[in-house]
Amino acid sequence: MSWEVVIGLETHAQLQTRSKIFSGAAIAFGAAPNRQACAVDIALPGVLPVLNREAVVCAIKFGLAVGANIAPRSIFARKNYFYPDLPKGYQISQFETPVVSGGGLTIRVGDAEKFVHLTRAHLEEDAGKSLHEDFHGKTGIDLNRAGTPLLEIVTEPDMCSSAEAVAYAKALHALVTWIGICDGNMQEGSFRCDANVSVRRPGAPLGTRREVKNLNSFRFLQQAIDYEIQWQINEIEEGRKIHQATVLFDPDTGETRTMRSKEDAHDYRYFPDPDLLPLEITAAWIDEVRSGLPELPQAMQQRLASDYALSPYDAATLTATREIAGYFEAVVATAGATNAKLCANWVMGELVARLNRDELEFSASPVSAARLAGMILRIADGTLSSKLAKEVFEALWTDTATSADSVIEARGLRQVSDAAAIEPIIDAVLAANAKSVEEFRAGKDKAFNALVGQVMKASKGKANPQQVHDLLRKKLR
Amino acid sequence: MIEASLKQLSAALAQKKISSVELTTLFLDRIEQYNPTLNAFITLDRERTLAAARAADAQLAKVGAGGTAAAGQAAPLLGIPLAHKDIFCTAGWRTTCGSKMLANFVSPYDAHVVERFSNAGMVLLGKCNMDEFAMGSSNETSHFGPVKNPWDLTCVPGGSSGGSATAVAARLTPAATGTDTGGSIRQPAALCGLTGLKPTYGVVSRYGMIAFASSLDQGGPMAKSAEDCALLLNAMAGFDPRDSTSLERPAEDYSRDLEKPLAGLKIGLPREFFAEGMDAGVRAAVEAAVAEYRKLGATTVEVGLPNSNLSVPAYYVIAPAEASSNLSRFDGVRYGHRAPDYADLNDMYAKSRAQGFGAEVKRRILIGTYVLSHGYYDAYYLKAQKIRRLIAADFAAAFKECDVILGPTTPSPAFKFGAKAADPVQMYLSDIYTIAVNLAGLPGMSIPCGFDNGLPVGLQIVGPWFGEAKMLNVAHQYQLLTDWHRRMPSGLGT
Repeated sequence: MSWEVVIGLETHAQLQTRSKIFSGAAIAFGAAPNRQACAVDIALPGVLPVLNREAVVCAIKFGLAVGANIAPRSIFARKNYFYPDLPKGYQISQFETPVVSGGGLTIRVGDAEKFVHLTRAHLEEDAGKSLHEDFHGKTGIDLNRAGTPLLEIVTEPDMCSSAEAVAYAKALHALVTWIGICDGNMQEGSFRCDANVSVRRPGAPLGTRREVKNLNSFRFLQQAIDYEIQWQINEIEEGRKIHQATVLFDPDTGETRTMRSKEDAHDYRYFPDPDLLPLEITAAWIDEVRSGLPELPQAMQQRLASDYALSPYDAATLTATREIAGYFEAVVATAGATNAKLCANWVMGELVARLNRDELEFSASPVSAARLAGMILRIADGTLSSKLAKEVFEALWTDTATSADSVIEARGLRQVSDAAAIEPIIDAVLAANAKSVEEFRAGKDKAFNALVGQVMKASKGKANPQQVHDLLRKKLR
Repeated sequence: MIEASLKQLSAALAQKKISSVELTTLFLDRIEQYNPTLNAFITLDRERTLAAARAADAQLAKVGAGGTAAAGQAAPLLGIPLAHKDIFCTAGWRTTCGSKMLANFVSPYDAHVVERFSNAGMVLLGKCNMDEFAMGSSNETSHFGPVKNPWDLTCVPGGSSGGSATAVAARLTPAATGTDTGGSIRQPAALCGLTGLKPTYGVVSRYGMIAFASSLDQGGPMAKSAEDCALLLNAMAGFDPRDSTSLERPAEDYSRDLEKPLAGLKIGLPREFFAEGMDAGVRAAVEAAVAEYRKLGATTVEVGLPNSNLSVPAYYVIAPAEASSNLSRFDGVRYGHRAPDYADLNDMYAKSRAQGFGAEVKRRILIGTYVLSHGYYDAYYLKAQKIRRLIAADFAAAFKECDVILGPTTPSPAFKFGAKAADPVQMYLSDIYTIAVNLAGLPGMSIPCGFDNGLPVGLQIVGPWFGEAKMLNVAHQYQLLTDWHRRMPSGLGT
């Protein structure tokens, strides 16, 4: 009998604000412990929170980007529990009335598209960090992260495989970085997922879920879900029941282990935070934020596909991040829409490969969009063969001061498309390779390719390959 | 000099009749003499205080170059000593909130109120004793021992701002700050024969004021007269971006209406406050005060506050709920008391808090935790919030018929130590007339209006939202005619 898998994700996206959500302290990563924690963050007696409006702008942007409802009035609540890295003894979050509700994201797994519905997204503050190493059996507390703004994004249980969960997480990651509300740095914990996983027989009611906490890479997300699914199926098939629990994934063993069961779940005693007024968002504020939003990836994908006749795959690849999309559009702007496919091939191919090899971002590419476009124009007008173009690209990469035209000029790389210039070379090659000519006439096609290669070699690669081909055929006919 | 009003002190300082150091020394000496008996102060720092007085004298030398009384008007509080309730964080000073939990806590920053008064040039004499975390009506819950009522040393001064009240009543300071969550300014003011004012919620910033119940807490002045309170409120009030519940309103001069005649004033007398439960002596004094107001040309109208009987139960759900969460930060991790021995993290929390908090604080944390618990929230917390709205609506309706509401501040005058300590409900009922005002966010004040068996009786004045100037006017006009507010306990020198 088969099993059906049900997955919902909760993602914590750290918002890219200058200061914390309820204090003026900075939020840069990697500062010395407790150097970015002010009186409010360490919860001295008497201090009070003040909401950072930048964090609200991030939430509004997100709500608009996923087509959600943005609450005209939402409430901050206190989630009460004791932990040494939670300075106030409560976390300020949103409970009954979140700032964003509904909306969703389209994901693609293979050829299939799916819409993942969002339940809600709410603003909250992060806790500090407990450091268990280097303290000789004691625990160190670093409150730099305390008060960092987070948007917790919760899906409906719409996904039914680890592949779908990863596709959703990647789409969400692309979106939050695209609209500039999160830097997406998963290693630093700026984007981390909790996965709620359950299994059931087809048609049966939802099974009991277990929540895998704090997955900070797409690979761990996939591994943890796959392990959890198999574990739950085994438990049930061996006659045991699944108990609701929070579990942790151990990347070293690839297994999950129970952190706490439902029985020891906290009673968080949520109640509206009396230190903060209800968060009111006017239609005018939403309009103002909307006018500052960039074109969203989904819309851009459709535009690229229709305006430039690109395949859905190309359009999706070119809108994977705002950087590649921006770069591509800049290349097309100079090289012209008629050369869009050529631009796409160069950006997704040679350029991405070189950037990856040198671990560079688009913004740091030695070959600017304008210079790449200059080279593409020379390919389009027949000046450069693709082989010569690779040489030119190499030159552009190493010497950022030069242009495609000056490389062509300096190295004499101009493709020769003049029959009068190519024919004497062909005649010389034919004369010198009587054996190959004989073989070709005897029906060996390979011999033809060998002759083309000889002509190209003799022309130092500059002869227009198509023309060599045509002229050679004519002469051998 | 110890009897002088703030205005008189300011004039004397401006005219160089006395220096701030001399004035401050006078009060410091009185504190040295009487505080061992009264226990009104938790922390004193003579050197720090005198340094502030010297700084004020340097300022006075500049602004008061003309030596005129008018020069004093520009800086009406410069050089005058003041005492702060030990709930206000004060940079460099120990700030204990009356608790063992913070017995060694020295604040690295100033509360907004502290900053305001120090900017105004006032000289801090010391930090006043109080009920632990402002939870109490008798000052018996302080870790630093009870404060004595200077009118009768066997009686409580009221609470939670009992140290501030006693300090002013015994003339150990010209004025003090207090905070009022359910009556903690007005009740001790009444029991010690002072004028105390709790402003409209949001008028005085709560930044740096250690939170008890955030939606109810409000700081305010405690002094000898309404005129003094108006001057102090001028310095205390004002928008503070560090407190999200602070109200952004144009600055007011709370003294502006003091001299207005009261002819035509409409006084509301809530029938619920005059029904029963009030001591005969209190009733007599309050009714006599109302009669004075009629003489001043005011008319009275009976008003109804039908839900006022629900204010104590609603308050004892909301305030403990907020307190249970507000006091979670006192966990022994970053500052404050930490148990010397513990087995693990939970044991450290449990022992630190068991040792650091007193019985009343623990009781309120338990009540608050209970009413917020899953399954009880709707029945207690949500219901209490609904009652709160009904109570506010009652007042709004009453203020359609009157300008201010008058009544008793407390049902009885100061009671003996231990009289109510064993019965929390009896203790809670001593705030029965004051609590509704906090629930509605309204301004309220208490002024002395007579004596009952030799103990002061307080008259409560409640105004509509932002009605402080009117209330101060009402109080001041009464104080022009009466001398209850000038009476001073005997045996404390002159």
